[in-house]
Amino acid sequence: NSASRLGWQSISTLQTRGFCLAVLPDGVDRQSDGFTRNSEAMDDLLSQLHSHIRKVLGGGGSEAVKRNRSRDKLLPRERIDRLIDPGSSFLELSQLAGHELYEDPLPSAGIITGVGPVHGRLCMFMANDPTVKGGTYFPITVKKHLRAQEIAAKCRLPCIYLVDSGGAFLPKQAEVFPDKDNFGRIFYNQAVMSSEGIPQIALVLGSCTAGGAYIPAMADESVMVKGNGTIFLAGPPLVKAATGEEISAEDLGGATVHCKTSGVSDYFAQDELHGLALGRNIIKNFHMAAISETTAGFSNVKATVKEPLYDVKELRSIAPTDHRQAFDIRSVIARIVDGSEFDEFKKLYGTTLVTGFAKVYGQPVGIIGNNGILFNESALKGAHFIELCCQRNIPLVFLQNITGFMVGSKSEANGIAKSGAKMVMAVSCAKVPKVTIIVGGSFGAGNYAMCGRAYSPDFMFLWPNARISVMGGAQVLLHNISIFWHF
Amino acid sequence: PGKSSARPQPLAPIEKILIANRGEIACRVIRTAKRLGLRTVAVYSDADADSLHVKSADEAVRIGSAQARLSYLNGSAIVEAAIRTGVQAIHPGYGFLSESAQFAQLCNDKGINFIGPPASAIRDMGDKSASKKIMGAAGVPLVPGYHGNEQDIDFMKSEAEKIGYPILIKPTHGGGGKGMRIVHNPGDFVEALLGAKREAATSFGIDTILLEKYITRPRHIEVQIFGDKHGNILYLYERDCSVQRRHQKIIEEAPAPHVSDDFRIHLGEAAVSAAKAVNYYNAGTVEFIVDTFSDQFYFMEMNTRLQVEHPVTEMIVGQDLVEWQISVANGESLPIKQSEVPLLGHAFEARIYAENVAKGFLPATGVLHHYRPTPSASNVRVETGVEQGDTVSMHYDPMIAKLVVWGDNRTAALVKLRDSLSKFQVAGLPTNIDFLTKLANHQAFEDGNLETHFIENFKDDLFIDPANSLSVKEAHDDAEYFAALVAACICKKEHCNLQDGALGNGLHSMWYASLPFRVNHLVERLIELEWNSEHESSRSELLKISVTYLSDGGYLVETGERDSASMEVKVTYLGCHDFRIEADGMSRIVSLAVYLQDQFEHIHIWSGPKHHSFKHKIGMELFDDGSEAQHKPNFETASVSPGTVVAPMPGLVVKVLVEDGAKVEEGQPVLVLEAMKMEHVVKAPSAGYISGLHLSPGQQVPDSSVLFSIKDA
Repeated sequence: NSASRLGWQSISTLQTRGFCLAVLPDGVDRQSDGFTRNSEAMDDLLSQLHSHIRKVLGGGGSEAVKRNRSRDKLLPRERIDRLIDPGSSFLELSQLAGHELYEDPLPSAGIITGVGPVHGRLCMFMANDPTVKGGTYFPITVKKHLRAQEIAAKCRLPCIYLVDSGGAFLPKQAEVFPDKDNFGRIFYNQAVMSSEGIPQIALVLGSCTAGGAYIPAMADESVMVKGNGTIFLAGPPLVKAATGEEISAEDLGGATVHCKTSGVSDYFAQDELHGLALGRNIIKNFHMAAISETTAGFSNVKATVKEPLYDVKELRSIAPTDHRQAFDIRSVIARIVDGSEFDEFKKLYGTTLVTGFAKVYGQPVGIIGNNGILFNESALKGAHFIELCCQRNIPLVFLQNITGFMVGSKSEANGIAKSGAKMVMAVSCAKVPKVTIIVGGSFGAGNYAMCGRAYSPDFMFLWPNARISVMGGAQVLLHNISIFWHF
Repeated sequence: PGKSSARPQPLAPIEKILIANRGEIACRVIRTAKRLGLRTVAVYSDADADSLHVKSADEAVRIGSAQARLSYLNGSAIVEAAIRTGVQAIHPGYGFLSESAQFAQLCNDKGINFIGPPASAIRDMGDKSASKKIMGAAGVPLVPGYHGNEQDIDFMKSEAEKIGYPILIKPTHGGGGKGMRIVHNPGDFVEALLGAKREAATSFGIDTILLEKYITRPRHIEVQIFGDKHGNILYLYERDCSVQRRHQKIIEEAPAPHVSDDFRIHLGEAAVSAAKAVNYYNAGTVEFIVDTFSDQFYFMEMNTRLQVEHPVTEMIVGQDLVEWQISVANGESLPIKQSEVPLLGHAFEARIYAENVAKGFLPATGVLHHYRPTPSASNVRVETGVEQGDTVSMHYDPMIAKLVVWGDNRTAALVKLRDSLSKFQVAGLPTNIDFLTKLANHQAFEDGNLETHFIENFKDDLFIDPANSLSVKEAHDDAEYFAALVAACICKKEHCNLQDGALGNGLHSMWYASLPFRVNHLVERLIELEWNSEHESSRSELLKISVTYLSDGGYLVETGERDSASMEVKVTYLGCHDFRIEADGMSRIVSLAVYLQDQFEHIHIWSGPKHHSFKHKIGMELFDDGSEAQHKPNFETASVSPGTVVAPMPGLVVKVLVEDGAKVEEGQPVLVLEAMKMEHVVKAPSAGYISGLHLSPGQQVPDSSVLFSIKDA
């Protein structure tokens, strides 16, 4: 009696554990000739395959690899290994593309593509191999690149472009350039994916010439490595031939030029490792925001919150009551964001506007703060950053301390009105929650661009020292004097 | 207040006690108090609000800001806290107010039982000149010297001639080696005297100086004495505290090696007569200097407190001295007679300090990112006042812990000491643990050939000599081997983290399988670890380790150049910081600690007696441009140009000796910094003109901040 009861118990245990009765039988005769024959034949094929793979993994050969290393550059697969979560898997695509296709070998078609996780988010990687024909695009390279983009678009995978390429392989330009599924389609895909909210990130780790230059330029965010990364439509020799100007590659289109002056690139990396780390960080930032469940536009995050490193009470000593005295808005940001951690976007460009990602009580936010008068560059940077946050559903925090847009002939001729309008337009159309805090002055059109009352911030707060007016007191005085002279 | 010869009036029995101290001694007193059923009150400064001693006590009272002068040295605030919490007694610990006669008197005046000697004895012994007079009168042998009030420099110099060089210059007040100078020839006398006076004035407030004959091969032996309020005084044998650096003890032992029973009794009785001469009660220590040439011993000073190294005595006599202190304060008689004091086995104490051994034992500060002391046992005691994550700040003594071990005899105790040191894991700041290990393993130490110049005499053995290529090569190979193990452990740990879902995402586990998937090949990783060989603190070497993930879950680890030594390593993660490693046909357990600092991952590995540390660059740079000065307060100091002098440690500027722009000679003192209450003279590294010197006395300077630079003409 007790034995049968035990039996019942164990069956019910099996049931609750969800044991499956439908296990397939083995069904293979290991002693048969066919079994042996098949495995021998397959072993042959596999060893052939592996010998091809070994060659392919060697890239453009030991000489080229050595040259690459001497420039402090990693190989494309090593770059990907350092971008994906350490020790995680990577699904490489089209490994043997270009195999015995052209007269010269073209290992992996000169580009490594595949899928791997970064901060737990699967991304599509497209990495030029500079050791293979200088990373130039053969027809098969373009095909492989487009195929990777196609998969990314279908699966909504963020695209990470590791750019190190000399552009199209000119001798084959007839098969690379003109047609629908040729080089131009890469940028078309970038634009379409970006508009669909699939992040496009470019890390410029080497040269990025001619058509290639559009990959980082079209990306949502891009990183450039000092010394190695260059972006230009034409390299120094061509420039000399065309205009006679003699200039080094670094001065023509290096990281300093593009991160500080042109604004083509957003993050300045000291070296390749730093660049890859910045790349991981970018992915972390859009990832965080995108996965959060949202309630009324604010995400419901349950995260361990780090207090700011610095004393929040010191804020009262930072902002001067005299609005002419400048202060660094970063010292305000450092006292309000979690752990005082701030991933600054376009730090070197348009420096009078500070933009970047941070968290407040675990909530990812985009912060826009003033560090002086708004110039052309600052306004363009602001517009770019607001669009990024909108793409990723990241709430915006405006820290206003603005005397207005730059005036004067040079500024007007540069189209400050249009640049300012772009930022005002971006602020107006931003569909994410907006919070404005006036920490100093709020004068003139700067008030508009920095999400003043008319731009429907969800909340607006003023510090006790805050002032809002069309222009500052001193300017009003001047204005009145000029009116007086008219009489 | 005059000397009160009358016996103190009967005090209320102690039920609640306030500990006027911090760190390990506060924790140690609290432990005994709790065992006796007494309630405890801690006091703390702002810097210590979250420290272990505060958490250990039943109640805690804030007494002031971080600076000791405003908190732990603020007697009236402490007494106020005592009155507020209704304690009957105050235990002063050691240091701070423990030897302040004023404080003892203040306690008595307020009706609080001061757990220590009578204020009069503290006063008598606090003044070294006065104490020597008393001891001389009581027949205790003294070192020849000058202890007079006449402090005229020329007169002092003539006294020095009388005693004969080398001469020891010493402040009459204070202790701990502060302000002490040794002068070998008359030419240096005046400068040393003035320096000693200055340091004495800032440390103790009184700048009177005494002179003594300097004994060239001395042993530092001290006797623990204990008295009750009924006139009974015992000696609890001696401790040898000869092994010192910067005039501070680092390893103490009891009983002293190579001491005959006769000598021991002789010494003990001399100590008792010293104590009797000042009507002593409670715990005290009489320090003697023993001349190893003549076996003569001389009275040095008496410490009227419980000493740092009291646990070694407790271990060999099997008593709790804090318990004795409390019962004596309660007016009880000592529990045993002199003939009943046991002498059991042998005990060592090693003091673990946050300090930079290679930089001349300079005190260090930092965060205890990893702190795992040796597990306690009946024969291992760890006295500590810190926990993992705590900061060793510049405000107080940089001692992290005391490791006390006991054995049946000296040999057994030494074996235990070596083993326990190897199990003491600290990462996050430099410590002297590796140095103590070397010390404990030295043949002369094993032989018990101790004297106060031990470290100086054997410095060639205790510090790696860069000229000895064999030992350098050996150290390098050892480091490389451990770097390989570290690389394998990193890979394993990463994988465990990924599988634990530390990233908190819903990604399918196949992306984080133990063998990372690659199409048609195995993953090979290059891990670069920076190794700092200890003999060249500034230079580091990059060790390149290639790790290939094998399909059986192990790793093929190759070090050095390609195609050189490779080994298969299997790693099992045991949880916490421990890993079991199978390599080279043997298995071993290692511990790993990893923390982030200054854009580097710092990795420490312990395996048996070995300890190595490496740095791993993680490619994050906080200061990614050179354009905006306000955001890189540390950037400039990271790459100082030659001729620039940076602060060797965080400290307080005490004195600026030359003006900005002045011409200086090489080695000329430029300014005086004070940290951990020690003065450090910052000298000009070369001849030239001082530039950028904008410091004034009283200013605080952070570690490695630029102080000034030297410009040619």
